[in-house]
Amino acid sequence: MTITTLPAKPTTAIDPTRLLPAALRDDFPILQQTVHGDRPLVFLDNAASTQRPRQVIEVLRRVYERDYANVHRGIHTLSERSTEQYEDAREKAREFIGAQHAREIIFTSGTTASINLVARSWGDANVKAGDEILVTTMEHHSNLVPWQQLAERSGAVLKHVPITDDGLLILDTLDTLLTERTKIVAVASVSNVLGTINPVREIARRAHAAGAIVLVDAAQSVPHLPTNVQEFGADFLAFSGHKMLGPTGIGVLYGREELLDAMPPFLGGGSMINRVWDDRFTPAELPAKFEAGTPPIAPAIALGAAIDRLKLIGLDAVARHEHELVRYAYDRLREIEGLRILGPPPDHRAGLVSFTLPEPHAHDVAQLLDQQGIAVRAGHHCTWPLHDRLGITASTRASFYLYNTPAEVDLLVEVVAKIRDRFRPQGRKRRQ
Amino acid sequence: MPVDEEELYQEHILDHYEDPFHRGHLPTATHAHEENNPLCGDVVRVELELGDDGTIKDAYFNGQGCVISQASASMLLENMQGKTVDNVKQFSAEDMLRLYGARLTPNRQKCCLLSWKVLQSAVHSPVGRDGA
Repeated sequence: MTITTLPAKPTTAIDPTRLLPAALRDDFPILQQTVHGDRPLVFLDNAASTQRPRQVIEVLRRVYERDYANVHRGIHTLSERSTEQYEDAREKAREFIGAQHAREIIFTSGTTASINLVARSWGDANVKAGDEILVTTMEHHSNLVPWQQLAERSGAVLKHVPITDDGLLILDTLDTLLTERTKIVAVASVSNVLGTINPVREIARRAHAAGAIVLVDAAQSVPHLPTNVQEFGADFLAFSGHKMLGPTGIGVLYGREELLDAMPPFLGGGSMINRVWDDRFTPAELPAKFEAGTPPIAPAIALGAAIDRLKLIGLDAVARHEHELVRYAYDRLREIEGLRILGPPPDHRAGLVSFTLPEPHAHDVAQLLDQQGIAVRAGHHCTWPLHDRLGITASTRASFYLYNTPAEVDLLVEVVAKIRDRFRPQGRKRRQ
Repeated sequence: MPVDEEELYQEHILDHYEDPFHRGHLPTATHAHEENNPLCGDVVRVELELGDDGTIKDAYFNGQGCVISQASASMLLENMQGKTVDNVKQFSAEDMLRLYGARLTPNRQKCCLLSWKVLQSAVHSPVGRDGA
């Protein structure tokens, strides 16, 4: 098939000095495979979940083969090893996001669980009928539905910061959207569809001036950009291990100590108590107060290993690498006639790009890309209201991480151009 | 089992995608139903004009989604036009997959079966009563 939709020569080029060493990719066993016969795997679904380097897999194996026992319970060697490593991981997470105290780091099962914890515990204690909860139009369902549920339980009003057609928050609206009734502002630091890097610091400053607190859904930024909760001015911040080289089932809720201290426990059970009687209990101190039951021990320790890897590579270098890839992808995808990129230009964007074609539907695009070994995400990406706002039902998303290469972007662009070409209306008729 | 591209996007499927049978609104509809696939957001609406004897006098669909969901809706309605409500009820999911023709992975079977599901509900959904 001839490609008619691309110029003969790309009008943009990659700057190799901005890229990470290609050898980093060798650490990822899963990326060394072919699919659909002899197609090398091109994994561009990292915003959904990244892959793990052997250093992280090795830690999981070591924990289970040598060190594993329940934490904070056993008076025996393995429990002590596990407890020490589990608490080490907490300290690594603290340092990674610039929190003041390790007791402000709550291990959860992921971003969704972290946000639900806040909506349930802090929300039920602090949000009353007539109060206001402020989110944005670009939130993932995980930073939207828990607030809808809270609004329903409490009688509070849910409001949304609108976006421009380019996928930037319209910050001027904060003047009227933030009122003395606003209790919390919940915002993504990076949009999982638009890639927009939101000005969290500015939003937090204005929210605090209005007397509201701020929760940052940092699932798409902690893995990719340097994070400092104190610079952000975040009162709560949530992220997931599996989007940053770590295992599934582990995530973090950061909360400012005085807020966490004042909050009632969320899940009840073992570990989260100080003393229990027949008819009552007193809660444990932080962070145990919010870690009921046996926690994800090995995943937490492996998250610590993932953080070690990211620190060694350097988040600045990761961000630079991804930005170069996304700039290149943005410029090249735009050469495809009819292709619409969702979200802002590369300067305001983290390492992902979502797009639509006039034909065919995003799922067909994903299916056809998969045939060539390219893994992307297609659909509404858990942002149904955002897709409504953009006037579309689905999009295709390519999201990059530290192991992706310019050659993978080239292949993506070439295959998308072929798909575009193949599905142009051709005057087909049904056979009668 | 890998399903290759040629299998998935056979010519007769693309024909239905580009030149669908009765895509649009049916002003004389007596029955209608609409559903989406919550995983992907695909949506299909089916509108039917049913005769007193249970004949499908006219059938239209509308929707948004992938080639499979839209082409399968076209094939299904073309097949059911002029048949009866009993024929619809007897038409199983397996019949639908057979009508579609191309082999589909379990995930994509859901796309193919969306319109079939909507049609099964539509014959029980008089217009107006449930606001459909």
